[in-house]
Amino acid sequence: MNVVVCIKQVPDTEQPIRVKPDGSGIEEQGLNWILNYYDEHAVEEALRLREKHGGTVTVVCVGPPRATEAIRTALAMGADEGMLIRDPLLEGADHLGVARALARAIQRLTWDVVLCGRLATDDNAAVVGPALAEFLGVPHATAITKLEIGEGAARVEREVEGGAEVLEVQLPAVFTVERTINEPRYPTLPGIMRAKRQEIRTLTLADLGLAPSEAGAQAARIRTVRFDPPPRREAGEVIRPESPEEAAERIAAFLRDVAKVL
Amino acid sequence: MGEIWVLVDHAEGQVRRSTLELLGKGRSLAEARGARLVALVLGHGIEHLASPLAEHGADGVLLADHPMLASYRVEAYAHAATEAIREHRPWAVLVPSTANGRDLAPRVAARLGAGIVTDVEDLWTEGEQLMARRPMYTRKAVGTVAFLGEGPHIAVVLPKVFPPAGRQEGRSAEVRRLAVHWEGVAVRTREVERREVRRERVPLTEAEIVVSGGRGLRGPENFALLEELAAELGAAVGSSRPPVDSGWVPHDYEIGQTGKTVSPTVYIAVGISGAPQHLAGMSGSKYIVAINKDPNAPIFQVASLGVVGDLFEIVPRLVEAVRRAKARA
Repeated sequence: MNVVVCIKQVPDTEQPIRVKPDGSGIEEQGLNWILNYYDEHAVEEALRLREKHGGTVTVVCVGPPRATEAIRTALAMGADEGMLIRDPLLEGADHLGVARALARAIQRLTWDVVLCGRLATDDNAAVVGPALAEFLGVPHATAITKLEIGEGAARVEREVEGGAEVLEVQLPAVFTVERTINEPRYPTLPGIMRAKRQEIRTLTLADLGLAPSEAGAQAARIRTVRFDPPPRREAGEVIRPESPEEAAERIAAFLRDVAKVL
Repeated sequence: MGEIWVLVDHAEGQVRRSTLELLGKGRSLAEARGARLVALVLGHGIEHLASPLAEHGADGVLLADHPMLASYRVEAYAHAATEAIREHRPWAVLVPSTANGRDLAPRVAARLGAGIVTDVEDLWTEGEQLMARRPMYTRKAVGTVAFLGEGPHIAVVLPKVFPPAGRQEGRSAEVRRLAVHWEGVAVRTREVERREVRRERVPLTEAEIVVSGGRGLRGPENFALLEELAAELGAAVGSSRPPVDSGWVPHDYEIGQTGKTVSPTVYIAVGISGAPQHLAGMSGSKYIVAINKDPNAPIFQVASLGVVGDLFEIVPRLVEAVRRAKARA
């Protein structure tokens, strides 16, 4: 069972995000960059598959040079190999471009399952996983909460409105994982030491046989043209009622007269 | 002029609310462009949906009615949707952001090489260009995205951001059946089982009112207090992350960065401190009511009405007060 995990490096979600005054992006200075939270779950699930079925875990990432740190986090958790697709021509690529680059890199490997996080906490798009499945020509399922590998197929669970569904998906396949699928392990000290020394292969679009017109800014069908801080919520009134009865009356009055939902 | 399409979400023979919201928005986009608004329905035994779709503003209804589409399977749905889009070249396709909409739309976009924007909270045109607004960085920023090129443009739209289209009784639409070609189409996914979740009074993401509990509830048994309040209000019950992590409620209750995003008319936060991770999932609510015993809880900074007090004393009395208010109304 060879598993490929697609990961992304994102700003630490514990930190504030500041939008540049001209709206062209976010201030990157002083940001702490981490392995995307959902991707940690994807790495963990890959490691569990390896423990159960043998095989290898390869991590693939599209990003700038600093993204090697996210790959090292995955290696420290126990992944076997890391690969960084890094090319200035990918600046301005959209999600489909990123998915095309990932697909090309993955097509060079021998693999049974590709795992991705359900979404990346920077742009929250949740597009790359299913798009990657399309470019690889394999089935997919998104936001899975359970994964079991059987003979030539996987059994997965996913949450849908009003319930959950169990699907059987033929392998090879791409899955994006929900956070409840597992509890990621912490990197061990020997793991961290090993990850530090490990070589991370770097690939460019040319290495992947992709023209900028296929995956770069020229190929992009969307562009984020402006960033703004979120609209400020008007802080309302904070009251300290004398009694729970008064509190209840005030809330009921608010629901009736202001929100008009009663 | 390229049409505006809405991909119809339907369940148990009914058009879901999210679709009515997109028909409302789609109508105004279509009018601004002098284009037709068309509803695309994928499924089996779906003919009866044409009339409610027409009454809610669709000028045309396209039916892809086939046993292969009887239940959602991504490859079958992606095939039918792509074939329809290739044949009719709509300018924009609006897709409701449901579990299946988010599963399907990126695959269709990839097959078509079409621009796709997810988590859309606003949609408008600037000249010939379709623009979208969406939360990013766990709602710490808002991005404005331009669709490039001629389309089709695919927008996956969050629930509850647009009001549902009104109903015009007797309004009709041109209904066309799509003949989907199935030769050589691989469908490698099979539904083995579907489990309905017991509660689901109203799905969290569609509810007008959400009553949500946090660590302050102290234990699973106390969620019964919220269930009672929710029943009285016709609300859905959610939670912040700690109750999920403690196993008090299942994960599908969770609202926030690692859970669902909701934007109801009223969000009632009970015993929730208001960590940024939670605010990421609910700060789009129109009104926020917070009950917390800690006057310094950050939730009070975003609350339209903040009440400092003991939730265990207040919530049961609130149930009664709501009951009385409803009786008077």
